[in-house]
Amino acid sequence: MIISRLFSLEQWKSWLWSIVRFTLIAGLSFVILFPIFQKISTSIKDKSDLYSAVVVWVPQNFSFDNFREAIRVMDYWATLFNTFALSATTTILTTLSCALAGYGFARLKFKGSNLLFAGVILTILVPPTTILIPVYLNLKSFDLMGLMSLLAGKPVNLLNTYWPFILTALTANSLKAGLYIFIFRQFFRGIPKEVEEAAYVDGAGISRTFARIMLPNAIPSIVTVLLFSFVWQWNDSFYTTTYLTSSKVMSTQLSSLPYNLAQQVSDGASKADPFYLSMIQDTGILLAILPLIIIYLFVQRYFVESVERTGIVG
Amino acid sequence: MKALLRGKWGRRTYAQQKAAWGVIYVLPWLIGFVLFFFVPLLASLRYSLSSIQANAEGITIQFTGLANYIQALTVNTSFNRALIESITDVLVNVPLIVIFSLFLAVILNQKFPGRAIARSIFFLPVILASGVIMSLESTSLIEAVNQSSTGGSALGTFALENLMLDAGLSEWVVTYLSGAVDRIYQIVSQSGVQILIFLAGIQTISPQLYEASKMEGATGYEAFWKITFPMVSPLIFVNVIYTIVDSFANNAMTTLIRDTGFVKFDFGLSSAMAWVYFVAIALILVLVSLIFSKRVFYQD
Repeated sequence: MIISRLFSLEQWKSWLWSIVRFTLIAGLSFVILFPIFQKISTSIKDKSDLYSAVVVWVPQNFSFDNFREAIRVMDYWATLFNTFALSATTTILTTLSCALAGYGFARLKFKGSNLLFAGVILTILVPPTTILIPVYLNLKSFDLMGLMSLLAGKPVNLLNTYWPFILTALTANSLKAGLYIFIFRQFFRGIPKEVEEAAYVDGAGISRTFARIMLPNAIPSIVTVLLFSFVWQWNDSFYTTTYLTSSKVMSTQLSSLPYNLAQQVSDGASKADPFYLSMIQDTGILLAILPLIIIYLFVQRYFVESVERTGIVG
Repeated sequence: MKALLRGKWGRRTYAQQKAAWGVIYVLPWLIGFVLFFFVPLLASLRYSLSSIQANAEGITIQFTGLANYIQALTVNTSFNRALIESITDVLVNVPLIVIFSLFLAVILNQKFPGRAIARSIFFLPVILASGVIMSLESTSLIEAVNQSSTGGSALGTFALENLMLDAGLSEWVVTYLSGAVDRIYQIVSQSGVQILIFLAGIQTISPQLYEASKMEGATGYEAFWKITFPMVSPLIFVNVIYTIVDSFANNAMTTLIRDTGFVKFDFGLSSAMAWVYFVAIALILVLVSLIFSKRVFYQD
């Protein structure tokens, strides 16, 4: 009995598939993790290991000099604080405003709401580059239809402040906000009508139903949007390098890192070794993504589970 | 009669109330949409048809018709090349990314030891894929040296290419596939969100369908093509659109548009480029939706 099962074709096929699957997953995981491991290995190497033929992964001389240097050049702690503050603020505001809009589009239909939702889709489809210049000029002399001129005497310049990010997040028009509205709308459409009606019968108003019944139910999609929005804001170089040229946030610091390194790291008269610069640059990248990886380690379980119930699918 | 009237009236106020709240809920977005999207969109169209001079009082805009468009398409040396490159890049990558992510989602949905770890590794690119990091990576000397010293990819695909050519595949297919192998990191790192969407979709398929097909003697292969594939086909459409939009958001073309605007300060030309680019993307999206709308299977 056992032997016959052992030799059955089905069994062999399933074993073969397990092996193939394992190889595939292991291989692809390696492809994903390889650059991270490589950066870690590079970052703890001493300068002298750079040309040593013996050293491939594990350095001969451990040193934290690269970290020290990268932290100094990037002004890491201040940058970290700025980036965190910016990402956290926009994330919370974006999630709130997008949840409101998503619920409005899903459940509180009014005349023209479908047309407006087409507008949401349009914001997803139009590349941000197309509207970059007018938005830039608009923010440079922000006037809000003459209101600012009335209050302050002249239009205010919002560039190099966090206001562009706060304002767009508050009005659900920040980075990829259209996608978040779409996710929320799909999710709220999936909640049975009876839940809502039961709340109304019990005397809850619309806003109360939303806050007490709908939002707690929407936690999976909220987690998804929170994580996406935080991470994409953190990594965003498109808006930050345009609006925040002189402010120190992670992505602007990263994109100017090669230049700053070449300027600041040189041993006296001679030009710095490009390989050494590259080493510090890799350390800098590692430092920039490290907080994200740490956060992800904590939330990934919740995230992976929640996504399955997000209802992106509808 | 009175009760009926009241009832009707009451229902209407309820609906009206809901509609009023709907407007309130959507209002923040609407304000943002008008301020930060719609007005700028129209302004950008206007800029693209004008020549713009910045001076002490701000900017002066002078209508010049299609001059900017003509300059972008015929005079500017890099525009056409960047445009065609970006479009071919997307057309080449999109099928690979979508097929790859569907395949991986199916695999990650199966039960095997270490599934949770595998999932969190495959979603890692969602966290890490970013413009700056990617572009710095490509300039990293250490990375380049390590790659050449391990000597892997080029040699590996070379052997693979010969193998496939011997097997009688056409040369076009072979170069496409071996190119895919060389770009595997790029493809993996761009398919995080798509894997998520597919995985979520596969999990909504009712297990009874698979049980029934198993009873009828269907193999896993048949179950995939007869159940999983048709059930996720709307999501294939969603993912194709998402991938196209995503890969168009950041590439050589957007860099060129930005440089023209913010380095050379030619706002008019930059807007014209952006509009040509947008129209090209819109055309591709319309074409893709037309192709897909006939083939997608909807449950209801």
